[in-house]
Amino acid sequence: MRTIEQTTQEILQLATQQFKVPAGSLAPEDDFYQKLGIDSLQALEMLSRLENHFKIELPDYEVQGVSDFRTLAERIQARL
Amino acid sequence: MLDLRNYNSIGEALRDALETWPAEVCLIESDRGEEKLRMTYRAFKDAALPLAKALQDSGISAGDRVSIIMTNQSKWLISAYAIFYCGATLVPLDFKLKPEEQWQLLKHSAVKILITEYGIWRQLGASQGRTGAANLKAVLVTEAPSNAELNGGVRWEESHGAQLPVFVPRSRPDIACIVYSSGTGGTPKGCQMTNENYLEQCMALTSLYPFWPGVKYLSILPTNHAIDFMVGFFGPFTCGAAVVHLRTLRPEYVREAFPKYQITYVSLVPLVLKNLQKGLQARFDALPGSKRRAFEAVRNMNRALTKNRPRLWLSRKLLGEVHAAFGGKLEAIIVGGAFTEPQTLQFFYDLGLPVANGYGLTEAGTAVTVNDLKPFRADTVGKPLPGMEVEIRSPDAEGIGEVTVRSKTVMAGYLNEPELTAETIVDGWLRTGDMGRFDASGHLQLFGRKKNMIVTEEGKNVYAEDVEQAFEGLSVKEFCVFAASYIWPQRSMVNEKLLLVVHLEPGQAFAEELRTEISSRNSRLINYKRVHGLVVYHEDFPLTASLKIKRNELAQRLAAMDREQSILLI
Repeated sequence: MRTIEQTTQEILQLATQQFKVPAGSLAPEDDFYQKLGIDSLQALEMLSRLENHFKIELPDYEVQGVSDFRTLAERIQARL
Repeated sequence: MLDLRNYNSIGEALRDALETWPAEVCLIESDRGEEKLRMTYRAFKDAALPLAKALQDSGISAGDRVSIIMTNQSKWLISAYAIFYCGATLVPLDFKLKPEEQWQLLKHSAVKILITEYGIWRQLGASQGRTGAANLKAVLVTEAPSNAELNGGVRWEESHGAQLPVFVPRSRPDIACIVYSSGTGGTPKGCQMTNENYLEQCMALTSLYPFWPGVKYLSILPTNHAIDFMVGFFGPFTCGAAVVHLRTLRPEYVREAFPKYQITYVSLVPLVLKNLQKGLQARFDALPGSKRRAFEAVRNMNRALTKNRPRLWLSRKLLGEVHAAFGGKLEAIIVGGAFTEPQTLQFFYDLGLPVANGYGLTEAGTAVTVNDLKPFRADTVGKPLPGMEVEIRSPDAEGIGEVTVRSKTVMAGYLNEPELTAETIVDGWLRTGDMGRFDASGHLQLFGRKKNMIVTEEGKNVYAEDVEQAFEGLSVKEFCVFAASYIWPQRSMVNEKLLLVVHLEPGQAFAEELRTEISSRNSRLINYKRVHGLVVYHEDFPLTASLKIKRNELAQRLAAMDREQSILLI
């Protein structure tokens, strides 16, 4: 079982790869809309990728209003 | 379709629709590519009436307010019909709002019963905003796990009255829905929509874009939004058509749904349409040279052959692969909620995929003008719908003035806001605050706004004043939020931005600390409400006798500053 820290780090790594930002430039408290400069559709694509990676299903309502990596990690952790 | 001239209310029309097409499919629900539900009009009625009885047993009667906060799904529409059956007023709220904002609107509209989903209720029920919701008597919660703590809610699935409910008739001027067009930060703008508003709008829209049994409408825009309520519920139901809901709205499942269900219509916001365009363009660009040239030749041929009007059968033959990806039955993509750039509209039209763009606002009962495609005019928002009188007030030398609307679809007024209503509807004419002019062929063209607000590409209306709460207590002398185009008018409705204007304390310098504080407060706002830049103003703001900022006057003073040099990006 992953720890919340591991989950958070994996999310940051996946986002770094997907949106091609410099390694180490993302932090857990970052707002991903702002930091990655993405729109709501790109955020949904990121969620699909995270679902595949963690092999979970994240219902849409679980991620409504979530905009930082840390909260996202908590929502994912609860479903692992 | 039903002849809506003969009906007095939404409930009455829906009741007849369920009797007219009992064996037709009205709802399909799919989750992650797996079909979970397929329901006929008869089964819809069987699901809704026991719920209506339960509402009546809870004391709901004519004019009482019942709210729905749900994602797009079958139970949204079933619940809405049950509400109308009781003669109650529906208050559809945006499930994407924060719980505190949802409570604010539930209290403002004095809702008696709330119908919501377990996932939403978990957050809403635990929110501090719940305090003081004195009118709320019950909460019906759908899809709660068997062992879930419902925090005072009761299960929707168990909300069944034993006997048949009594149908409560309503008249055309009665309020059918209260639809919030904005106002979670400032003045709540609860548009009171009458039964007549919906009946007339439905007749006007379906005269251009008809539904019929067998049509499948893909519901993506939130159903609380006036567009989806009309073309994803009332319109299709009064014509015997079906609505397809996807419980997980991810791009891959949306793409898959088009061919799987052979979708006839879909409504999108400009952001999604542009994203589709980007995806298609990338696929065209990836074609090898000879194939790409052949494709472009066919596309040019299609453009020439459909110049005066769409010829769907021909476009489907010429551009078969593109149409197959959309299921091969798509009649039109309805785009709404915000202004769409002409090149995006033209891109789809050239592929033989007509985009029905238009112009409207909740206050006018959704659509005011719609492109009738005869011929397609990407540079306009179409002609007024039947029954709409549209006038341009105080036009300038180029004919551009404020768009005003008079129609049976214009709302009764804002809930509890007589002054705001009187400012908005003057002598029966709705003042839209949008600037436009008619061209020689009667098509409306838009050129910006005179309102201090923006509309995002996601179709979100954001009033500048509603954002100011986030900056309360900021360490400056005074501040104000403006739409950039309100200060420096631009003749365009794309790329609209909000700005925070600050006036520092005497002797205070603009330091990095302040910028960080602003940035941190800004990032706590939901993404589409954030301010884009900052303007430092060095004089006192003009104030009224009651010490409120005179926004118009301040905007005029700011306009004297150079736009590019004044805006500091946050």
